[in-house]
Amino acid sequence: MTRGLAFDVSHLLAGGMVLASFMLLYQDRVFSLLRVFALHALVLALSVAWQANVQAAPHLYLTAVIALAFKAIVIPVALHRIVVRLGIHRQLETVVGVGPTIMFGMGLVALSIAVILPVLPDADPLAREDLAFALSVVLLGLLMMISRRNAVSQVIGFMSLENGLVLAATGAKGMPLVVEISVAFSILIAFIVIGIFLFRIRERFDTVDVGAMDSFRGERR
Amino acid sequence: MLIVAALAILCLILLGLCGPLHGRLGHATSIAYAGAAGATAVLLLMGLAALIGAAGAAPVTASLSVGLPWLGAHFRIDALSAYFMVVVNLGGLAASIYGIGYGEHERQPGRVLAFFPAFLAGMNMVLLADDAFAFLLSWEFMSLSSWLLVVANHRQPDNLHAGYVYLVMASMGTFALLLGFGLLAGPEGGYAFETIRAAAPGSGRAAIVLALALLGAGSKAGIVPLHAWLPLAHPAAPSHVSALMSGVMTKVAVYGFVRIAFDLLGPPDWWWGLVVLVLGGITAVMGVLYALMQHDLKRLLAYHTVENIGIIYIGLGLALAFQAQGHAGVAALGLAAGLLHVLNHSLFKSLLFFGSGAVLVATGERDMERLGGLIHRMPATALYFLVGCAAISALPPLNGFVSEWMTFQAILLSPQLPDWTLRFAVPAVGAILALSAALAATCFVKAFGIVFLGRPRSLEAAAAREADRWQLGSMGALAALCVVVGVVPGLFVDLLGPVTQLLVGDRLGPQLGLPWLTLVPVAEARSSYNGLLLLLFIAFSTVAPALLIHRYATRATRRGALWDCGTPTSDPAAQYSAGSFAQPIRRVFGAMVFHAREHVDMPQPGETRAARFHVDLRDLAWDFFYDPVARGVSAVAGRMNHLQFLTIRRYLTLVFGALVLLLMVLAVWH
Repeated sequence: MTRGLAFDVSHLLAGGMVLASFMLLYQDRVFSLLRVFALHALVLALSVAWQANVQAAPHLYLTAVIALAFKAIVIPVALHRIVVRLGIHRQLETVVGVGPTIMFGMGLVALSIAVILPVLPDADPLAREDLAFALSVVLLGLLMMISRRNAVSQVIGFMSLENGLVLAATGAKGMPLVVEISVAFSILIAFIVIGIFLFRIRERFDTVDVGAMDSFRGERR
Repeated sequence: MLIVAALAILCLILLGLCGPLHGRLGHATSIAYAGAAGATAVLLLMGLAALIGAAGAAPVTASLSVGLPWLGAHFRIDALSAYFMVVVNLGGLAASIYGIGYGEHERQPGRVLAFFPAFLAGMNMVLLADDAFAFLLSWEFMSLSSWLLVVANHRQPDNLHAGYVYLVMASMGTFALLLGFGLLAGPEGGYAFETIRAAAPGSGRAAIVLALALLGAGSKAGIVPLHAWLPLAHPAAPSHVSALMSGVMTKVAVYGFVRIAFDLLGPPDWWWGLVVLVLGGITAVMGVLYALMQHDLKRLLAYHTVENIGIIYIGLGLALAFQAQGHAGVAALGLAAGLLHVLNHSLFKSLLFFGSGAVLVATGERDMERLGGLIHRMPATALYFLVGCAAISALPPLNGFVSEWMTFQAILLSPQLPDWTLRFAVPAVGAILALSAALAATCFVKAFGIVFLGRPRSLEAAAAREADRWQLGSMGALAALCVVVGVVPGLFVDLLGPVTQLLVGDRLGPQLGLPWLTLVPVAEARSSYNGLLLLLFIAFSTVAPALLIHRYATRATRRGALWDCGTPTSDPAAQYSAGSFAQPIRRVFGAMVFHAREHVDMPQPGETRAARFHVDLRDLAWDFFYDPVARGVSAVAGRMNHLQFLTIRRYLTLVFGALVLLLMVLAVWH
């Protein structure tokens, strides 16, 4: 295996995650959003597994398995069931249109490249570009959280943000396993908490449109 | 040695348990104060031993692996901390002994007992700390425990306000110190003082650190205009705690400034001394002017602490100025003068606060206008208070004179300075120092005269009873020390030798071997001071005429009208009052310094109420410094209030916007 191949493949996979983030931004149905999120997590698992291979760090395989099992399978399936059982409204209402959101997302990717690349000029190019992609994924996740009104999409935005963090953590050499496990567990707990919140919100307001909560609090949007 | 110190400090913290146990444990008050006295005595002896042995020996150091994981906690005793240990624990010992008697009169002793030993422990920990983390932790421990003591009597109306102002100022001070140490440690995070000393900061960074040290340590010490909390908080605490806060804690603040400015910052720039000198001068004269206007005995003493801090800072400023110009010998003189005044002020200010506490216990009054004539009811307290008044007014042969005289000696050497700004500024500060010394004497003539002389102005004052033996013993010991330091100053100047050697690289010549206990700071041809001869002269020139008059005056009986001491009516209210005494000074400085307004409230013809004379005084620090800041904060807070009621998505948008903005700044700036 050559150095060039290792670089190209990890570049491809990290770039794939950014692409998946854009796909998340583009969705306007809840179920397709969940499917794209599963794809997002799958690409993450592949990327982490490839990093484990390149860095010869077997514990990263464990991280990859965790990412695959929880984020690509358990969480999307669970969210899917929640949406079905609660009969949640399946349309994602956007705050700004999809087009401007995508344009803004491209600006964010450019920004993260402009930030990371000059800051670490003499670092390992693999880690550096990985970090730039990871930062884009994080920013896109945040953008997702603020550009949708639906609580499910906010959960997904948060999870994709965490995926970006895991990507950044595995891209750097020598990140201890403890950190990754704790990140994985924090995501799981966040998922549980947010899931419970979804139930509660639905019980109270009969909708998961966060705008309903705002109007309940007597706020203008 | 540090192990003994640690054990003593641990003992002090454990003694705090006497507070909660107060109801169940008999004699809890005596046990706590006696224990605190024992522990401070041990620490005092250790400080003395370390100071005497500091001449040639390397400083004692120790490090523990508690605290920050990569740093640990470092402790060290060098000459400077040993000297301040002596000062702090001398005051602490006196306050503990005084507390054995005074504590019996507390209304809720448990609220004081729990924190008094912890306060002593905190001050000692600040002195021993040898890294920024341990220093700030101990500093904050000291602040918080003293705050708890300030609000101990929280049911009195003004005390909570005093506590609030104190808490705000203390947090601001600690914040400034935190930033200062952060700048000193640099990006590598070398927080140990050892590392900071080795890496001298650049000129610009050092200037910012000096400003932050003035702000942080200065607000605790009470530099004008950061003094506003001090006259509120110091009198609010029980009297022995007031003595500790005013006499001792301000000295810990001075220690913090000396440690940063002389030890950690490396060689000074020429203008540092100028800044410290001017601040010291302003502090001295403003402090004493405000003190003169106060008619609350404890508040008067607290304002007077501000003046003495100014005198100490003048000494330190002289040392910085001379050191920057390469006159290490004169710098040692200025520094020794300042540090000797640290000891002196802690002695007489503790003594005076103890005296005011004794008056408070005996009469329940702090308002001077309701006291008077106490010299008949409390003769011993009056004598000790008089010694303290004479000492703080810098009258020879007492200790206050020695340190102020040494400061003047350093000021008189200012023509040696090559820099013209300093050559003009130093004598001007000298004139201000002379003015404030004269005003201080006025102030304490008023304090002693109104409280102890004349006739009682209230029934409580007429029924006063002498303080108990613990209080008298403590006051007597401090009064004796005031005389000893005044008569044998050479002993204490010699003790300061290792300290000045450490900080400015030079020391005054040995003084104790000189004949007749003379003090010669520079050269015999220039100036010398001899407290012993002066004491003998004063004793002789007062006793001899008294004897002569007694022996040779005529014994023929003369008849005449009885002298009425200037008060022809029998009403004590017709006496000269504190307000009358302060009036000439108020007329001279009032309009400018205090915005003083006097007006007479005269009843209309036919009304039966009394006419009243009102004086309005303002502390300008509040008008020009605190009120605008407070108004600004409250205006901004009012504007920002609606941020409290945003939707989740808007909060996230704010976070996101801030993040993107910072990233863009990073991208462009790089």
